[in-house]
Amino acid sequence: MSGKPKLYYFDGRGKMESIRWLLAAAGVEFEEEFLETRDQYEKLLQGGSLLFQQVPMVEIDGMRMVQTRAILSYIAAKYNLYGKDLKERALIDMYVGGTDDLMGFIIMFPFLSAEDKEKQLAVIVQKATSRYFPVYEKVLKDHGQDFLVGNNFSWADVHLLEAILMVEEKKSDVLSGFPQLQAFKARISSIPTIKKFLEPGSQRKPVPDDKYVETVRRVLRMYYDVKA
Amino acid sequence: MSGKPRLTYLNGRGRMESIRWLLAAAGVEFDEVYLETKEQYDKLIKDGFLLFQQVPLVEIDGMKMVQTRAIMSYIAGKYNLHGKDLKERALIDMYVEGISDLMQMILMFPFSPPDAKEKNLESIKERATNRYFPVFEKVLKQHGQDFLVGNKFSWADVQLMEAILAVEEKISTVLSGFPQLQVFKTKMSNVPTIKKFLQPGSPRKPPPDAHYVETVLKVFKK
Repeated sequence: MSGKPKLYYFDGRGKMESIRWLLAAAGVEFEEEFLETRDQYEKLLQGGSLLFQQVPMVEIDGMRMVQTRAILSYIAAKYNLYGKDLKERALIDMYVGGTDDLMGFIIMFPFLSAEDKEKQLAVIVQKATSRYFPVYEKVLKDHGQDFLVGNNFSWADVHLLEAILMVEEKKSDVLSGFPQLQAFKARISSIPTIKKFLEPGSQRKPVPDDKYVETVRRVLRMYYDVKA
Repeated sequence: MSGKPRLTYLNGRGRMESIRWLLAAAGVEFDEVYLETKEQYDKLIKDGFLLFQQVPLVEIDGMKMVQTRAIMSYIAGKYNLHGKDLKERALIDMYVEGISDLMQMILMFPFSPPDAKEKNLESIKERATNRYFPVFEKVLKQHGQDFLVGNKFSWADVQLMEAILAVEEKISTVLSGFPQLQVFKTKMSNVPTIKKFLQPGSPRKPPPDAHYVETVLKVFKK
């Protein structure tokens, strides 16, 4: 065991991407094992590594952690990205809850039927610009600080940047009504660990393609279209 | 302001019920405001109470908290129901998240179309008995302690108790293959704050009925 966290997931974004972002932001190197075949997945299941039979799974500090939110909370706390007290943690949790809901629409997107995809694209943009982005725009405008919570870099900042970039991939000018978020994006992107993660050759995964969707469907035997 | 937390939601379970359970388990009294009309909901949004235009909303310690998980984490942290260190917290979070996935199926059930209800009920039964309950049965069997984590009452125990009762309402014999969970259920029922919550007249809400579904659809109509 190398001591580094080890991530078990498909070779693609999905629910593991937020974990990659957070580890990278914290400057933590990690290893990855990519699920490519049904056999690999069944072997993991039989070996008892997946508490609820699901991935993501992260081996970290002697634990086999599952449940994305639990994993992210653990990493955030361990690397001091979770605020200085219970109230800052509450704010971070609320903000992350919002960006998580927004990214949830995008994560399911590749698995929708062609017809639902078109509708969902409009939903993503509408939610981003009328429900979520205005909240963070206002938070930053109201306190005028560089980071969302407690004038300190936290999980909430990493998660928001990830969400912004994901929505921009769907609509490149989506930040046009949000000057604070534009400045935030530039600022957070230039933090050394994040800058490194945004460079080619990092462990950041590309936008999901047909091959990724096919792999997930094959490994999980998930051949139905997800409902929007 | 009474100083008590104030919950704003519909007069029914939904996503607020787990929060009611946790506050009650912690022995914390709370007030409730019930959404009955779209106008009430629209006004809450207009007045800036709902950060992401959604309920649950819990006003607590000067904050207007939204996002169910954030609210429960705060309550668990405040009332010492979140483990003694980071690793115990990680275990509690894993257990709670797993149970929450099961509860999500139950939450959505009243809103499924009539022709899908039988299939969805079967899915709930399958997941409960093949994916979730076996995990907690094993945890309890392996350490032989009364509580799921760290030999101490925690958020995980409250959440599991809520889930067991919710599934039993749908499938009364669901615990038949799970002796540890049967004992756990009895033990939790006797925790004084939980015992009180399980008695008539408590803030616990009944299973969702047609009126509840109708109110949800009316209040959140676009």
